[in-house]
Amino acid sequence: MTMKKTFTTALVLALAAGLGGCSVLQPPQPWEKGLLAKPEMTLGGDALEGRFDVHILNSKEAASGGSGVGGGGCGCN
Amino acid sequence: MNRLSALALALCASLFAALPAAAIDANTPAPEFQLNGSRGAVNLGALKGKVVYLDFWASWCGPCKQSFPWMNEMQAKYGAKGLQIVGINLDAKRADADKFLAEVPATFVVAFDAQGDTPKRYGIKGMPTSVLIGADGKVVQMHAGFRDDERKALEDAIVAALK
Repeated sequence: MTMKKTFTTALVLALAAGLGGCSVLQPPQPWEKGLLAKPEMTLGGDALEGRFDVHILNSKEAASGGSGVGGGGCGCN
Repeated sequence: MNRLSALALALCASLFAALPAAAIDANTPAPEFQLNGSRGAVNLGALKGKVVYLDFWASWCGPCKQSFPWMNEMQAKYGAKGLQIVGINLDAKRADADKFLAEVPATFVVAFDAQGDTPKRYGIKGMPTSVLIGADGKVVQMHAGFRDDERKALEDAIVAALK
């Protein structure tokens, strides 16, 4: 085996191992989202501003929920 | 080189190895469980002969909170007819569950599964999820979520299972 071939083999193996390593990272199960459901974990900036936005959505578009992990009520989050 | 491709294949296979468990179908026997509860051990096998409404909940889940008064009502209404509601708490910390229960009391049986082993075997996809189990120990239906407009249908399913 030439030096170059050994290097290529090692590279391919390292890449494949790295790819397999990703499978260790599993998305959280539906019942493991306690921390994600905390108000401070919602995307966006100011909490008060966020509530204001949600209020506008509620009143103008008759839509509610879905703005966080904990409380949509559709069971899908 | 052949050994190398076999190794690469094995690594690729490991990517798909840990897929989540599928939800259980109606008419299949409900998986057994034995958990610690608020009033002693909770064992599904010991409830055979009763219609069991199994509810998976957590303290941080909004719709779960809304479902508690309804489940209390159902337990009071159909308990004598053979309904047993069992709420399985899935909080990682027991203190969170206790705080929730102090705020929203439950008159039905509550069990605690901080490890999340039971929901895994039932293939829970969302919070809350209820599993209606017939007197024969077989799953009647699974339902994810809890909305006000679903109360009627859920109650009808309980009544039908009690017949």
